[in-house]
Amino acid sequence: MGISNAFDFLQNHVYYIGSFGLIFIGLFIMLVKHNLIKVIIGLSILETGVNLFLVSVGYISKGTAPIFSKSAMEAAPMVDPVPQALVLTAIVIGVAVLALALSLAIRLYHHYGVLDLRRIKELRW
Amino acid sequence: MRAIISLFLISVLAWGIATALNEIPFGAAKTKVGEYYIGRGKEQTGASNIVTSVVVNYRGFDTLGEVTVLFVAAIGLGAVLATRRKKEKRDVEPASLVLYTGCRLLFPLILLFGAYIFIHGHLTPGGGFQGGAVVASAFVLVYLGCRGRRISETASKTVESLGGLVFIVVGLVGLAVGGGYFLSNYLPKGELNSLFSAGIIPIIYIAIGFKVGSELAGVIDHLVEESE
Amino acid sequence: MIFVVSLLTLLMLSAAIAALIFKDLMSAVIASCMVSLIAAILFYFLQAPDVAMAEASIGAALVTAVFIIAIRRTKRYEE
Repeated sequence: MGISNAFDFLQNHVYYIGSFGLIFIGLFIMLVKHNLIKVIIGLSILETGVNLFLVSVGYISKGTAPIFSKSAMEAAPMVDPVPQALVLTAIVIGVAVLALALSLAIRLYHHYGVLDLRRIKELRW
Repeated sequence: MRAIISLFLISVLAWGIATALNEIPFGAAKTKVGEYYIGRGKEQTGASNIVTSVVVNYRGFDTLGEVTVLFVAAIGLGAVLATRRKKEKRDVEPASLVLYTGCRLLFPLILLFGAYIFIHGHLTPGGGFQGGAVVASAFVLVYLGCRGRRISETASKTVESLGGLVFIVVGLVGLAVGGGYFLSNYLPKGELNSLFSAGIIPIIYIAIGFKVGSELAGVIDHLVEESE
Repeated sequence: MIFVVSLLTLLMLSAAIAALIFKDLMSAVIASCMVSLIAAILFYFLQAPDVAMAEASIGAALVTAVFIIAIRRTKRYEE
């Protein structure tokens, strides 16, 4: 009984555990670390977690991909296409935002010679 | 100290989310709008990949805004990094023969693969965004393997502007000719699952592919160029 | 199936924790690349092949390249 309960729990929650695990680890990196590039790595991990969560909300059990590769395919078991379209664009925006953040980090390094946020706060001007 | 406070805050957040998640069962029925897109998308847009028809046709205006965000981010990156540009040729160590040859062999194949992905965006998984990213990664390979070679900035800017222009002009023609709204699908839908089908969707996705590819390659170029 | 997914989730979370504890930024970037790659496999299992392709080509390839270029232009080790 206990084992099948655990199996059901895993079946229903494994994607949620994965995505929120990524979100919390990314948030923890962003809150705790002082190195600017480490903070941006945390941001990218957080973003992956959010994307995984959005897609897993759109899943329906025993679903198929929303592509009519044969025109006779049924529409009933297809998963929700709206979160997938949202995540598709979010990933592409994510890489542009990461590149912009990294370019700001590079400029800060050229200006101050350090990447540590505490030191940069001390060195102001 | 900071770690303990952060852990405490995150565990409070985790508790709140865990109680909220019990209301969202995994694998339940989909939303009404998703149901509508799957049920009608095949007839209304003619694309067999429903995700593509949502991205390009039903929510094409969102995609235009998203492409604009990408453009602004690329411009901002150029503005941040452009102050100390060194234009003279740097004498770089040439890559080894194996790397150089392999890179020159793989470069056209990767470009071909990227073009395949964004031309078949309405039939198979993939599309302009993924194909553009594959094209940009081909340019990353060139920067790694054939050092000293640069993409021409005017060419990349021209391709990027043409991609954006095609997107907007096709949408505006739909406003004038078609159903009277921006990005209406006015071209003939064709036969499902053939290459020339789905009206304006392949045209717009090819434009997006060129635009995303040249933009991301330009971002990589800006980041590499400054290294002193 | 569910065991494969659980194993991949475990691997993904441990790669994220590795990105948290590594002092060498290059290793941390490679660990976050591994997170993206496993997330792409999970997207495929969730019947989202479009998203899986985007995540594999952008999250795992381009983001890693951008990070490595930025690290080469700044400092490699976190003090």
